[in-house]
Order: sequence, then C-alpha cells, then structure tokens
Amino acid sequence: MPNLKDLRIRIHSVRSTQKITSAMKMVAASKLRRAQLAVEDSRPYVGRMTRMLGEFVGSLPEGAPVPPLLAGRDKVETHLIVAVTADRGLCGGFNGSVVREVRRRVRELRSMGKTVKILCLGKKGRDALRGQFRDAIIDTVEGLTRNVVRFETATGIAARLASMFAKEEFDVCTLVYNRFQSAMTQHVTVRQIVPFAAGAPEEDAAAKTVGGPRAMYILEPSEEEILDLLVPRNLAVQLYHALTESYASEQGARMTAMDNATRNAGEMIDALTLTYNRTRQAVITKELIEIISGAEAL
Amino acid sequence: MAGRVQFELVTPERVLAAEEADLVVVPGGDGNFGVLPGHAPLLSTLRPGVVDIYEGDKITSRIFVAGGFAEVAEDRFTVLADEAQAVEDIDAAAAAERLNAAREALTRAQGGDEDTAAAEADLAVAEALAAAAGTH
Repeated sequence: MPNLKDLRIRIHSVRSTQKITSAMKMVAASKLRRAQLAVEDSRPYVGRMTRMLGEFVGSLPEGAPVPPLLAGRDKVETHLIVAVTADRGLCGGFNGSVVREVRRRVRELRSMGKTVKILCLGKKGRDALRGQFRDAIIDTVEGLTRNVVRFETATGIAARLASMFAKEEFDVCTLVYNRFQSAMTQHVTVRQIVPFAAGAPEEDAAAKTVGGPRAMYILEPSEEEILDLLVPRNLAVQLYHALTESYASEQGARMTAMDNATRNAGEMIDALTLTYNRTRQAVITKELIEIISGAEAL
Repeated sequence: MAGRVQFELVTPERVLAAEEADLVVVPGGDGNFGVLPGHAPLLSTLRPGVVDIYEGDKITSRIFVAGGFAEVAEDRFTVLADEAQAVEDIDAAAAAERLNAAREALTRAQGGDEDTAAAEADLAVAEALAAAAGTH
C-alpha cells in the first residue's frame, strides 16, 4: 500500500511543476502574439524584395555580369547549412525537427562527397548536433532573439556570410528553419540563399505572371551599383525572415508544449489524489477494524 | 492604365503606406524623382531623405526613409525602405541626439581602423533625419 506521506509529497511536487508550466505557457502566449504580428508585418517586405530581385534579374540581358553571391560559382564543393533553432528548450519538437533535417542533409551531402559546414543560430541546435558533427560546426551564435528580432542582427550575420563567401569558405548556403503557420503547426523549411534560388513558391508565381519579354528597367544609378546594394540586402532580408519566422514558431511550439504539460500534470494530480483518498480511507477502515476487534476480544 | 499610382512603402518591420496617389516624389540615389501614373519601369536606389505623396497638387503625407530601393512597374510603385517613419512623428530631440552620436562614432572610427564607411552612412542618415525633423 502506498505511503500517505509519500503521496502527499508527490502531489505537491506535481502541483508546483504544473504552476511552472502554466506560467511558461502564459509567457509564451503573450510573446507569441507580438512575434506573430512581427512575422505578419515582415512578410510583405520579404515578398516584395524577392519579387523585385526576381524581376530585375530576369530583365537583365543574357550574359550580363551577375555577382556570384546571386548566381553562384562554377564549383559546388562546400555547403554551408545555417541551422536556425532556439536558445532554450521546453518547446516540444521545435528544435528537434530542425536538427533532424540538418542531420539528414549533412549525411546526404557527405555521401555525395561534398564538404559540409554548419553554422548554428541558437544554442539548442549546437547542443544537439555537436555530438555527431563536432568537426562540421564552424560557429554558434546565441542570443539572437531577445523578445524581438532586430533587423540589425540579420544584417550582421548577412555581412559575415558575404565575407565568408568572398573568401571562398563555402559555395552554397542553405537555411533550415521553422516556418510559422499557426501556434500549433510549424513547418521545417529549407531555403537556399546562396546562390539565391528565386523565391518561395507563392512569390515565384507572382514573378511568373509577368512572363514574356520582360520589361526593361530604367536603372539608377547603374546596374552594378544596384546589384552591389541589392544582393547583400536581400541576404539580410532572407535571414531576417527566417529569424522572425523561427522566433514566432518557437513561441507557438512552447505554448502548445506547455499547454499539454499543464494538462498532463492536471491528470496526474487527479489520479494521485484519487489514490491518496483511497489510501487514507483504507487506513481509517483498518484502524476502525482494529479498534472494534480489540473491543470485541475483551 | 493611366489614373493613379498604386503606392506602397514597406519596411522590414511593417507596411507604412499603401495608398493611391497622383504623384510621389522620392529621394533617388541619383537625385530626387517624381513618379506619375504610367511611369516607365524603373529600379533605383534611395538615399536618406523624405518621400512626398501628392493628392492633386497638395502633399498629403511625408515620410522619412533612411535608404532602400524603389521599383516602378506598370502602375505599381513600391518603395522598400531600410527604415522609415512619418515626418510628423519624428522626435526632433531624438534626431539631434542621434546626429551627435553618429558624429562621435565617425570620429572614433576615423581614429581607429574600424569601418568608416558604415559610420559615414549612419551619419548621412542621421543628418537627413535631423533635416526632416526641422521641416515640420
């Protein structure tokens, strides 16, 4: 028979865990609201930037010099995978699904004889990947998302990627991140940013409708100058997009996970309370029987 | 086709303006230019300055941009700004403070071997912001 005191301690401990998880859920919910707004506000900019770049590059005459950051190099030997995860856990499958996708890609690329490097944005990605791919991880950036994603953060990383590319430290760069759909669902998204693959499906469709002979743009100041500014800018925009999406997904995933945890704790408390009451009753009954049979024996 | 310009001004943080206008004047990289309905396709960089949106021949709103890109295609006119805010919302004191900070940063950058180009760009933005603040 379970000990009454142990049960009491157990119930108490589950109850305090439940308090923590429900507080975390509340915090995540309020952060989610803001993050969701940020995502929705940033999507138009990202979409238009992608469309503009697509149409502009499409309008360039055949054989025009395009920066390698956009068009890619002839060799595709070294792949850089940027894994966007959270710094903290307790958010369900959020980090795990990014990590799983990164693992899969690394194995696939290695079996094709390519060199793979990993840049982790977020501590959890590194923690999960370093066991298996310690040699591939070139660096980890932490603390990218403190309540809000700042555009400057993305600019900084983009500048770093651009200079690494210039030094030929990688040829192809792919982002792996969670795309925010709703608080319940996040999609692991893989997006190649160097060389830039023109757009996600929905933006692609918008670019295609123009079709036919492309409108020739008047360019001010000049093609090179615009490309010089536009291409690094686009890199920063794509990173910013990934970071905001990932941050909103993280909050959504955490909210859902903590909601489940709170509910599970509630069920556990109910079950334990039932056992506790039964046990208590059994103890009382036993004592009564003892007293009565003692009295009868007299 | 002719009619009005579908004007949009977006920053990474939000859509600041989405409206129809008769004329929009923006600070292009090679000098200010105005966009009327039926403008030829154009792609331009922007320097820090003020975008003026006209309704008839009156300016209905003025928006400060810190740089970015402008794209004209058919009757659509899109400005992708790095940073933007309505001129009437600019806090003159904050703008002056930012200008001073940018000047100091540039002096520091010139002293060491840091990136002076970035500091100069910051200063240009701060100067344009302070100038815009003075006009309202």
